[in-house]
Amino acid sequence: MSDADDTVADAGFDDWLDAAEDGAAYYLECPEDHTSLPPRRVCPDCGSTDLEELALPDTGEVRTFTVTHVPTPAFEEDAPYATAVVDFGPVSLTGQVVGIDVGDVETGLTVELEISVSETTGERVIGLRPA
Amino acid sequence: MSDVRVAGTGLTPFGNSPERTSRDLFAEASIAAFEDSGVPREDVEGVLYGNFMGELSEHQGHQGPLMAEAAGVQAPATRYESACASSGAAVREAVKRIRTGEDDVLLVGGAERMTNLGTAGATEALAIAADDLWEVRAGVTFPGAYALMARAYFDEFGGEHEDLAHIAVKNHENALSNEKAQYQSAIEVSDALEAPPVSEPLGLYDACPISDGASALVLTSESYAEEHDLEAPVAITGTGQGGDRMALHDREYLARSPAAREAGDEAYADAGVSAGDVDLAEVHDCFTIAEVLALEALDLEPIGEGITAARDGRTTADGETPINLSGGLKAKGHPVGATGASQIAEVTDLLAGDHPNSDHVADATTGVAHNAGGTVASATVHVLEVLE
Ligand SMILES: [Zn+2]
Repeated sequence: MSDADDTVADAGFDDWLDAAEDGAAYYLECPEDHTSLPPRRVCPDCGSTDLEELALPDTGEVRTFTVTHVPTPAFEEDAPYATAVVDFGPVSLTGQVVGIDVGDVETGLTVELEISVSETTGERVIGLRPA
Repeated sequence: MSDVRVAGTGLTPFGNSPERTSRDLFAEASIAAFEDSGVPREDVEGVLYGNFMGELSEHQGHQGPLMAEAAGVQAPATRYESACASSGAAVREAVKRIRTGEDDVLLVGGAERMTNLGTAGATEALAIAADDLWEVRAGVTFPGAYALMARAYFDEFGGEHEDLAHIAVKNHENALSNEKAQYQSAIEVSDALEAPPVSEPLGLYDACPISDGASALVLTSESYAEEHDLEAPVAITGTGQGGDRMALHDREYLARSPAAREAGDEAYADAGVSAGDVDLAEVHDCFTIAEVLALEALDLEPIGEGITAARDGRTTADGETPINLSGGLKAKGHPVGATGASQIAEVTDLLAGDHPNSDHVADATTGVAHNAGGTVASATVHVLEVLE
């Protein structure tokens, strides 16, 4: 990682992580009710540029998950870890399941968002904790 | 609109050659393709070259002109990047250029140098095919993404790891006679089931290897082939491309590949064939589950039934529709940027009777090549037919 990577934020995305840390995670919705995640200026479904930020529901349900044993270098110290795709209703999110043994993760598990950090890099990671 | 003839095919061995540069790999593949075609280099009007991770593995951008030079071709050259579908996309653009009459002869192909990165480095490089912000930063790897799809498939349609193991066994079996394949070794179902987990439920034998290699094709217009009396009985008669949302979590279905279906439907319609006409296919089995999703997207298996195709013998070498007679990405290897064009080369050789496995498909006239990028946010499908 260069210094630039360490110091320059990703506008829209890091702002979203900041909001999530404050318990104010959100998703985007256009007038036709298509939903998406930032950073985004245009609705990917209809091209509308009128996107409103709405509060992400508090809990979601695991749609699918995997336990990764062979990570990228950025997660070397974290493996094995469970990654899940979680349905929050209007949008789904991908994150790491935390606060539970990886062997106990299952489809249908109810989780809430909790921004965590990579044990390897200290970078913020979207975490999902059993609710 | 003329058909596009595959005048020559060339492949390097796929495998472990970390010291070889991609320019060296592509040069070797292009020499083989030119020799096979009988087309002189000076007739080439353009080079379309697929590559995915050259910036990461070789610190080399701007690879189009570099590869034209490596191939000894003085013609404009462009690199195409669409992750693992990079050279499938290059082939598709070449087909369109020849069909419009803009060009008569094009050199198309791809290369990837990967093993010099090591396992961790290659894992990182492959991961960039996913959404960096929303997937990679959550720890999603390339095998991890397919593992998410595999579990979703099992949950929706049933199936188990043992079904996937039969796909690995089949593709290793097919590669035994392919001297270009990375693995020319048979495996047992138990080997696959007992292999170390990579990203559960997928294990080491569910994954294609990390590979170095290159592929090249000389494509010509029908009129050029006729005027120069080329021996080029196989033509690309259909081309299609599809797209999808980048992140897996933004898709309605986690266990289907709509981009591949879109590409397949377009390619079938373009060629005027249907799935029932397909005698053989090379599909993008970067992971065993990917072969299942490909078969269903191409209508070669009904939705939810592709999982048993290998286990029940429908897709084995002597089955109704042999799939991945080359060994597939699983056993032949997956030098990412080379893969799409290599599939066209394999289907061409299988249909022309020039492939070690051609005997299994002696009467075949129609083949399909399916190339997918990332978790199939991009896909190309080509139909090839024997015309004479
Ligand atoms: Zn919209």
